[in-house]
Amino acid sequence: MKLTTLAVAAVMAASPVMADLVFPSLSYRTGPYAANGIPFADGYEDYFTLLNERDGGIGGVPAKVIECETGYNTEKGVECYEATKGEGALIYQPLSTGITYQLIPKVTADGIPLHTMGYGRTSAKNGEIFSNVFNYPANYWDGASHAVNHIMSQGDISGKKIALVYHNSAYGKEPIRTLEELSKKHGFELMLVPVDHPGQEQKSQWLQIRQQKPDNVIMYGWGVMNQVAIQEAANIRYPMENFIGIWWSGSENDVLPAGDRANGYKALTFHNLGDDYPLYADLRKYVVDAGKAAGAGDQLGTALYNRGMYAAMLAAEAAKTAQELSGEKNLTPAMMRDGMEALEMTEAKMAEIGLPGFGPEFKVSCQNHGGNGLGAVAQWDAAAKKWSLITGYEGSDQDVIQPLIDEDSAAFAAEAGIEAGCK
Amino acid sequence: MPEQFLFAMEVILNGLMAGVLYALVALGFVLIFKASGIFNYAQGVMALFAALTLVGIMDGQVPFSHIINATFGTELHHFGWHVPALLAIILTAGVMVVFAWLVQRYIFRHLVNQEPIILFMATIGLAYFLEGVGDLMWGSDIKKLDVGLPQGINEWIDVTTFEAFGYGFFIDNLDISATIVAIFLVAALIIFSQYTKQGRALRAVADDHQAALSVGISLNFIWVLVWSIAGFVALVAGIMWGAKSGVQFSLSLIALKALPVLMLGGFTSIPGAIVGGLIIGVGEKLFEFLIGPMVGGATENWFAYVLALLFLVFRPQGLFGEKIIERV
Repeated sequence: MKLTTLAVAAVMAASPVMADLVFPSLSYRTGPYAANGIPFADGYEDYFTLLNERDGGIGGVPAKVIECETGYNTEKGVECYEATKGEGALIYQPLSTGITYQLIPKVTADGIPLHTMGYGRTSAKNGEIFSNVFNYPANYWDGASHAVNHIMSQGDISGKKIALVYHNSAYGKEPIRTLEELSKKHGFELMLVPVDHPGQEQKSQWLQIRQQKPDNVIMYGWGVMNQVAIQEAANIRYPMENFIGIWWSGSENDVLPAGDRANGYKALTFHNLGDDYPLYADLRKYVVDAGKAAGAGDQLGTALYNRGMYAAMLAAEAAKTAQELSGEKNLTPAMMRDGMEALEMTEAKMAEIGLPGFGPEFKVSCQNHGGNGLGAVAQWDAAAKKWSLITGYEGSDQDVIQPLIDEDSAAFAAEAGIEAGCK
Repeated sequence: MPEQFLFAMEVILNGLMAGVLYALVALGFVLIFKASGIFNYAQGVMALFAALTLVGIMDGQVPFSHIINATFGTELHHFGWHVPALLAIILTAGVMVVFAWLVQRYIFRHLVNQEPIILFMATIGLAYFLEGVGDLMWGSDIKKLDVGLPQGINEWIDVTTFEAFGYGFFIDNLDISATIVAIFLVAALIIFSQYTKQGRALRAVADDHQAALSVGISLNFIWVLVWSIAGFVALVAGIMWGAKSGVQFSLSLIALKALPVLMLGGFTSIPGAIVGGLIIGVGEKLFEFLIGPMVGGATENWFAYVLALLFLVFRPQGLFGEKIIERV
């Protein structure tokens, strides 16, 4: 009898017994970055609510979102991780580079996958070293290359001066090395213009830009820094079509305060914009109109809502892949990790979901946790108050980026004592 | 004229303008500290709350709409009207008076004779409470604030300086507006404190609470009055800063810009706040221009504090602060 009890207990401990598929949402609905954190968190949660209401969950197992407020604060983000990981958490998406850096060793030790879509540690693309960290479909260094490629598509770049206006933090400094390499390769001059947190006052930086007259400005900003930068650029009459932001500087929040003067501003993106997709009809029917939306339901189609929704969609697709791979409906974090590593997003799959053409096609593998690095350029139409893609999804300069990823990930492996290889 | 000299002149002018904006925030701190000895940690959040309320009133937004809709299943968001800027400013000033009365009635009246650190802690609590109430009332989205102030480069200055020096100076029209408003605000505050009965009572309370009480001045009334004035100053600061970045929750962080100004100018002097603001504004901009490129830039935040600390070494009470002499 005792042996039977022990055997049952052992089986229970070894197999997934969770009733739900748990997706923690480390969100920030308060603090100085709340205006950006809220639509992302709403999009993330609404997508899982849709799956539950319309499909009965993922593979018949309900999805459960556990929200924890980080306030975009690294310490609180780590607290949230520690508080929720015991709930059967399958994946973390903290929407913060600072929190990401703190969680990388923790998730690796705990065996829980971390997805940092378009942010976090870029060299985590090397899955042979960062076994539990994924940053598909694109990363910061891809973004720097996309911006330079876009400038090159408009004319000869050699001899030009390009300014990088960046948030003076780990996040903002990420593209510097890549841009330095690209400046050597293509012969443009790189001008670095840091802006301290929070970026409410940028007069010095924009006077510097006015005096030195760079041909193009690339921005890696977040929060109020973006709005002030766009206002100041308009104040000095900097041509908006020569001003391009990374995807974290490309939401409606960033351009609306400047009104008509923001017209023509460009931003990178790794997913499509607006709400002209069949999935949005379902979101309205099953979530918003049913009174089950995470927020007021007025953010559908905005850049950051779409990004949150896209992050949830990729997590759900990885969970489906994990269910197929393991043959289990209830998942463990290890199964989820395997599902993420085997994830393939095709146009046919996105069309089936109701999001045709919404994101780039990509395939994840053990060696490549970052996808193809495809990105597009969007431009703001101030009169219509909407973003529109002005390019298709295009590749980044992997000849420059891949050696940097190899170098940085090898340094991390040496420091952390990790032996490269596939699980 | 050498190009670098002209650039430096442009930087100094813009530093002065930025200093005025810092001074606008610092003024609110000074008013409350002078009258009640309270270092009001909530001053930055008051600027945020005032700006949120102003935009909410102008746009006809229903306050607490999320709670109302969630509770009663309604779909109320806007009243459907648009209130002119001037009327909205007056109404917002009224809201700040009510806020001042509530703060006095429910917080500080119960903390009379408490240690300054207790009063300071109360303002920290007030700051977080007010931030939460602002969020519940008006939502967390970034709001465009347009009260009709001109923005962008001043063409006249650009053209005139270009004709004179061969280089057109950049001065933002919004900064010029802020300077004019600050001049009127300080003049009004001085006239009020020097030539009105309430102003004289306020000064009496600032000088000596006990003596003021003994001649029949109501401490409660004076504190409501001073919090109301600080609320109005916060509204002005909120308008100026909100016009630059949109009204959003990071607006409360402008208080960080006021601290070095207060350290330098003194916590009890209105002229000190103005002069301190100007020195910090010019100092940090000039340092960024001259030294910033050599040390990787982004020096303004920390240099403002270094500058203030340097002044403190020689004048611990600040440039215009009252020298406290305690004899044993």
